[in-house]
Amino acid sequence: MAACPRLAVFKFASCDGCQLSLLSLEDELLTVADRLDIVYFLEATSRVEPGPYDIALVEGSITTPDDLARIEQVRRDAKYLVTIGACATAGGIQALRNWGDSAEFLRAVYATPSYIESLATSTPISAHVRVDFELRGCPIDKYQLLEVLQALLAGRRPRLPAHSVCLDCKRRGTVCVVVAQGVPCLGPVTHAGCGAICPSYDRGCYGCYGPCAQPNLASLTAQLGANGATPRETIVQLRSSFNGYAAEIRAESDRLELPPPGGAPHG
Amino acid sequence: MPPADSAASSRLPPQLLAKEDLQALLDALRRAGYRVVGPRLSQGAIVIDELTDIAELPRGWTDEQVAGQYRLQRRPDEAYFGYNVGPHSWKQFLFPPQATVAAAERTAEGWELRTVDDQQPPYAFLGARACDLAAIAVQDRTFIHAQYADPIYRRRRAEAFIVAVDCGQAASTCFCASMNTGPACRQGFDLLLTELAGAFLFEVGTPRGAALAAGLPLRPADEAALAEAAAVRQQAVAQVSKQLDTTDIRQVLLGSLEHPRWSQVAERCLSCTNCTMVCPTCFCSSVREVGDLSGEHVERQREWDSCFNVDFSYLSGGIVRNQIRARYRQWLTHKLASWIDQFDVSGCVGCGRCITWCPVGIDLTEEVAAIREEPA
Repeated sequence: MAACPRLAVFKFASCDGCQLSLLSLEDELLTVADRLDIVYFLEATSRVEPGPYDIALVEGSITTPDDLARIEQVRRDAKYLVTIGACATAGGIQALRNWGDSAEFLRAVYATPSYIESLATSTPISAHVRVDFELRGCPIDKYQLLEVLQALLAGRRPRLPAHSVCLDCKRRGTVCVVVAQGVPCLGPVTHAGCGAICPSYDRGCYGCYGPCAQPNLASLTAQLGANGATPRETIVQLRSSFNGYAAEIRAESDRLELPPPGGAPHG
Repeated sequence: MPPADSAASSRLPPQLLAKEDLQALLDALRRAGYRVVGPRLSQGAIVIDELTDIAELPRGWTDEQVAGQYRLQRRPDEAYFGYNVGPHSWKQFLFPPQATVAAAERTAEGWELRTVDDQQPPYAFLGARACDLAAIAVQDRTFIHAQYADPIYRRRRAEAFIVAVDCGQAASTCFCASMNTGPACRQGFDLLLTELAGAFLFEVGTPRGAALAAGLPLRPADEAALAEAAAVRQQAVAQVSKQLDTTDIRQVLLGSLEHPRWSQVAERCLSCTNCTMVCPTCFCSSVREVGDLSGEHVERQREWDSCFNVDFSYLSGGIVRNQIRARYRQWLTHKLASWIDQFDVSGCVGCGRCITWCPVGIDLTEEVAAIREEPA
């Protein structure tokens, strides 16, 4: 990589919270700016330089025809393309439209739907171009972002473990909210990275970081059912997060949607 | 080998400590420079945390445990130690979940490496049970008596003062009797308490324990107190209902590596690591180098890790145990079988934590029984 690699930050369909994490690195930001030449970052600066870029951080999902063309240009311009956050990595909360009728949504929301040009689906960046690294979270953790940047600068792989949130609960001494309080929790199938915040406040994990490596969703949803959740409640819990469209979670919520053979539809 | 029980033959006659004088014991430990950790109520469970006052103890509380479920309950009495082992164990103090083990700074002459000293003041453990003492003895073999000693564990272990408590009850998940580790405490403590209706039976296990006891308001135990203590211990024996048949267990498990049961349990197992984290003998960790952006400073950090993590068996070329079936099998066969080859002892002490704290309630005693029932 060049002596001072060129960093660009791009936004697609998203809330801006993930790219804000870069600015939230208050103590480290000056060092980051020393090590990287920030040449495209509209949230922070009006300085805009064309590609090529050494590192492109991409926030947001693909939801418009214009996005489709733009992400291909970003890919062509970038040596390393890193997605930041649940929208870019899994489609975001806006991927709820993927189970509905987007034309009907447009009619319900906009006075003149014909002015709106959007795709029927919200999809992750990896559905369209090759992605070098996906940074999880809604929003991402700023120190994980720093680790990715450090790793790219050092020419090594980022060390961001893909294990469950449970391991982090145990490391910090949090008592399991499932076992001790009967609280539904997606922690056993959710990718670590947040530091296991919610269970430390007696709340279940709701999956901000998406599925962990090899999640056993069928066992967890069976357990939720055994504890009284209806299939519909379970689907809502899986789908209504920012990572509902992630492949493993989508597969499990779609499986639950199918009525059991010969049985009544779920409630 | 673990240190022999230095006091087994020279144990002093049992004495009595009044309930209200438990604070005197706590104060004596603190005056002696110990950071006292013991049972406290937190997050719907009885955890282990720092204690400064006996009012912080879970007096009058107990717990109901079954596979995958733990619930606090009020007791009909005001017992201080009327509960079973909870989500925490003493492992977290001797083998901390996160530790910086080394650091390096870049200088004009190159990298300057240094060992980071463990600054933790000595611990006193208040309320260790028989299975806990057994678990510490198992980890001693891993961290002190193995080929390489762990300096953090070795120092903390040598300094730790252990006040054990004999169980007067058992949870449905307890199977210490099968593992021959309890319920009665036999060795591995400095002091031992047995909670009676009006006092604690107080026994000394080591010269260090005797020195601390010298300043406490103790009185001789009479026959009635000894009989009451025996009845308390017998009540725990009677309540241990779960069993694990350990007959030829090494051969049974290692001879059943292709048993269909491994696939069945893998359908339920979340591979979430909870069982290994709550296990008081599981010792796996991973080490990583953490640098800063300037490239001038790097720390070597150690963290608890687990054989249930996909990346844990990553070697050059790929992941060795790439399905839940392989990972559960690795854990159970190591815990109950190959641990014996490695450390000359079972890795299981029968505390039942892995059963209670499995979110989907997998019970290793049921898994072993199923494998025994129908040999592959």
